[in-house]
This record gives sequence, C-alpha cells and structure tokens, in this order.
Amino acid sequence: MSLAPSLAATYAAMGARRAAVLAIGSAAILVSLVLDVATGPAFLPVGAVARSVFGLAQDRTVDAIIWSIRLPIAFVALVVGAALGLSGAIMQTILNNPLASSYTLGVSAGAGFGAALVIVLGVAMPVPEAWGIPLMAFLFAGIACAGVYGIGQARESSPEMLVLAGIALLFLFQALLALLQFIASPEALQQIVFWLFGSLQKASWSKLWIITAVLVACIPVLVADVWRLTALKLGDERARGLGVDVKRLRRRSFVLISALTGIAVAFVGTIGFVGLVAPHVARMLVGEDQRSFLPASALFGALLLSLSSIASKTVLPGAIVPIGIVTSLIGVPFFIWLILRNRRAFW
Amino acid sequence: MKLTVEGLSVAYGPTRAIAGLDLVAHPGEVLAVIGPNGSGKSSLVKAIAGLLGHEGIVAFDGSPVRPQRIGYMPQDIGARAALTVLETVLLGRLGRLGLRVRRDDLDAVEAVLVELDLMPLAARYLGELSGGQRQLVFLAQALASEPALLLLDEPISALDIRHQLEVMEIVLRMTRTRSLTTLVILHDLNIAARFADAVMVMREGRAVCCGQPGDVIDKAMVAAVFGVEAALSAAPDGRLIMTAMRALQSSSNSGPVTPENSEHQIHQDDQRNRNTDQPQ
Repeated sequence: MSLAPSLAATYAAMGARRAAVLAIGSAAILVSLVLDVATGPAFLPVGAVARSVFGLAQDRTVDAIIWSIRLPIAFVALVVGAALGLSGAIMQTILNNPLASSYTLGVSAGAGFGAALVIVLGVAMPVPEAWGIPLMAFLFAGIACAGVYGIGQARESSPEMLVLAGIALLFLFQALLALLQFIASPEALQQIVFWLFGSLQKASWSKLWIITAVLVACIPVLVADVWRLTALKLGDERARGLGVDVKRLRRRSFVLISALTGIAVAFVGTIGFVGLVAPHVARMLVGEDQRSFLPASALFGALLLSLSSIASKTVLPGAIVPIGIVTSLIGVPFFIWLILRNRRAFW
Repeated sequence: MKLTVEGLSVAYGPTRAIAGLDLVAHPGEVLAVIGPNGSGKSSLVKAIAGLLGHEGIVAFDGSPVRPQRIGYMPQDIGARAALTVLETVLLGRLGRLGLRVRRDDLDAVEAVLVELDLMPLAARYLGELSGGQRQLVFLAQALASEPALLLLDEPISALDIRHQLEVMEIVLRMTRTRSLTTLVILHDLNIAARFADAVMVMREGRAVCCGQPGDVIDKAMVAAVFGVEAALSAAPDGRLIMTAMRALQSSSNSGPVTPENSEHQIHQDDQRNRNTDQPQ
C-alpha cells in the first residue's frame, strides 16, 4: 500500500494553504481599514468614530469628517492599492519580469506628464475643471501603455523588447515632465510636485465608485484568461505550444493594465512602490498559479496602501505626509527584508 | 493517425533552416530525428507544432494539426516560474481547465506523475528541481494533454543513463498502447537505435535518409553526417551499438548538401527509405 498522499489530497492541501493566506490578508485589511478610519489630524475619540460609522453620531462635524473625508480616503486607499497590485501582477506575468510595474515601465510617468500638461498649459478638456487632471492622466497612462506595446511589437513581441520599450518611454516621459516643470510658474510647479507625490486627500465617494467599477470590470477578463496567464509564466514558446495565442493575450492584458493603472494614478497621483512589491509578496506566499496570485496581489496592494495611509497620518502629528512618499518609506525596508529572508529563487 | 509533411521549408530571415523536407510518421511508432547541431531538427518540430511560419504541407490524419492534439515538449528546460510540479503538468490540459480543477483532470495528471515517478515532487516548485527533474516534468506535461501526436525535442538530454532508458521505455510504451504518433529528437544514436521504429537523419535542413535504425545508422552515415569515425557492434539482443572513436580531421559534413550528393554519399538504396506513404 502506498503511503504517498493522492494527488487530489496534495491539491486540496495546496488550495487550503492559499485560501488561508488570502483569509489572513483579508482580515489584516479589515483591521487596517478600521485603524485608517480611526486615525487623522482631528484626533477624534474611537467611540465617536464608531458611533458615526454606525449612524449614531450626534455631532455633525464628526459625521462630516468621517463620512466625507476619512471613509472615502480609507476605501479609496484599498481600491487604488488593489488596482496597482493587480496591474503590477499582470505586467510581471505577461513580461515574465519581476522588475516590471506600471511605475518602472513608464505608464505612471506618462500619467504624470498628462496631469502636468493640464496644470502648466491649462489644456482645455470637455469635463468639469476638477476632472481635467484625472482624465488627462488616465489618457496618457493609456498612451504610454499603447506606446510600450506598439514599440514592443515593431520587431518581435518578446518580453525583453517590451521591457526595453517601457524603459525608453519612462525616460521620455520623465524628460517631457522635467521640461514642463522647467517652464512652469512657481504655483504650477508646486501643484505638479504635489500631484507627483501622490495623495489620497482628494478622495471622494464618486471617485471610489469609478475606481471600483473599473476594477470589477477587469475581473471577468482575468478569470477567462487565468490559465493562459499561468501558462505564459513558462515562457512564450511553451505557452504557444500549449495553444495560447500569446500576442492576443498580451494585447488584452495591456488594455487591462492601462485601465487599472490609469484609473488609480488619475485620482491619487503617482504611487510607485505598490505595483512592484505587492506581486512579490503574493508570489512568495501563494506562488504564480494566477487563480491565487492575482487576488493575492490585489489584496496585498490594498493592504500596503491602507497601512501607508495610516502611517501618512501618524508619522508627523497634526500633518499628513503625501502617500507616495510613505508607501516607499515603509515598503522598501519591508521589501528588502522579504527578498533577503526568502530562500526560494523565483527570479 | 498519420503525420505527413511535404515540401516543408522554414527560413529565419535570409537563413534557410529547412529546405523542402518530406516525412511520414505512423501511429503506434516512434520516429527519431537525429543530426548534428544546427541541422534543423528543432525547427522541424516547431514547424509541425505550428510555432514557426513555414512553406509546405503539414497534415495530421489528413487535416492541419490542431494544438489540442499535440503533446509538445520543447528543448529549453530553464523555466523558473513559481509554479508547482502539479500546476505545471495540469497546464498540459489547458484547454479543459476551468477555475475549479475537475477530478478527471487531476486523475489524468496523477496517472502521468505516477508513470514518471514524479508524485513525491507534486507540491514542489519548479525552481527547486534539478534540470533532469524539470525535464521529466515537462515530459509529463506533454503526456498529460492526452495527445495523438507527441513531439519531443531532446527529452532526455539532461537525464542520467538510468532515467534516459526509463523515459524512453515510457515513451515507447505510451506510443504503442495509446497508438500515438511520436516524433522525438535525439542526440544519442544508441538510444535512437534501441527505441525508435524509424530514424530520420537531418543535415543542413534536409532529410538525408530515413529508415529502420539498423539500415540507417552505419559507419558511412556517422562519418558523413557527424564527421566521426565509429565502431559498430551488436548487443546480445541483436540491437546496434555505436561507439564514437574519433573526430575525423576533414569532416565531410562541412560542405553543402544537396539531395543528390547526400543520398549518393550516405545511402543509395531507396529500398531502405521508409519515407513514403506505405502501409506499415
């Protein structure tokens, strides 16, 4: 009689372990969400915050702070983090490169340039003024994505070619942004710099629903492609040998990356580290079966940005540090610790 | 189901990798493709698998080859994805997989893992395996798809001699029991002689001869194609054993090969050539 467990048992054990990771991540997000709502420059007592959340507050000011500022910020941090984590995971998968993210391959830089165009040149958009910068940032994130894909396709659709195209566009958009900063007025320059820092302070319920809608719209496409994306991790040739149309899969995935990054960056500015680090954490904990890897990347992206949101309100009492700065400040040491303690070499 | 290739040509830009190649492979038989490095063997397999643009006809059972019917194992075994052996082999059944993996898919994968003695590694990540173990995993992936046409590009190049024999025995057994049409690229002529039903020799993008191993593998062929002086003997079971003695100083495989001179140089006997559509 064989003592080895059956494959079904091995598969069930792997699934249970991954489900536990996702459950723990979700619980951590819940705790982080509560802390994010409970903290802020107004130093509201926890009881007052809880009463307001459950509709029992007697103070209209507390209600205004919680419902108009803290709750939208806390939820926007989650959905933006999830969008950035997910877009980073898709990018690292289709380019088979652990260094790939919207930030390192020029998509965020493109969005930043789009925002700066509105700020410096006052490019007129057929939308209310407050939506001009997000719309332009979203458009330029799409243009940058299309640029990476288009240049990458020009000769051959290899992951290396796409990464090189992304790096080239990163430098191009950074140079164009620097040019705009050079000619900008002091007020415009200050606005650009603040936008590039990234900030959750302009979060609102309407923005939350828009980001959530984009995030939810991507899910059916990802579910349909989940095994094809997993196959792509074995390399283009193997994936094609397994019947995957690699070119179409990449094109489809670039559209998703463009939408997810564009919508995230448009409303909160450039936040660099989440899209890079969240997929790494997910990979170490659940591997690269995309059925677990993609949700875990979204989950850890959300958690990282939520924790950063808390830190941004607490590191300097009475002040809010821009979220983009905090994300890197707490993310980098954590990331270095992770890659040093991890014994498996996945890259 | 029979694999038929007619007038196959493959080019990488101005460089022609395969020039007008014909072959026929039959169900239930192993066709070994041998030849020196750069002779176009991998390009042949990729073209049959539909991974390379080509001219000419590739037909399986009279129709274009569909990916679902192929079990393809490429030469490269360098994948370091954070995927377990189980997930990697499951991918062989890609077209049938949904979000929830069905029991029959797991059963099919388990059968292959047991056959290749990979069950103890099922939950291990690819990056934790040796090159030989990874090669077995990708062979398992090719077999898990339950293909009708098996295309194996150097499936035993990273294996020790015991595993080489075991894997080729499995390939031969599955070819027979499942009536697969198997085309395998090999460098070891003794393995080819031992396990293949037919051997096709390639040189500079052309099939220079094709037939039963005992007819094809001889001193003249080894000298002309590989530039090696060889000694041939017979194993107790009568099978051919080839020992490479020394590299020939002026390798006769350096010059261009044409169908005319190659056939004259190596095998003049058309009777030996089974590269025809004859019933087996």
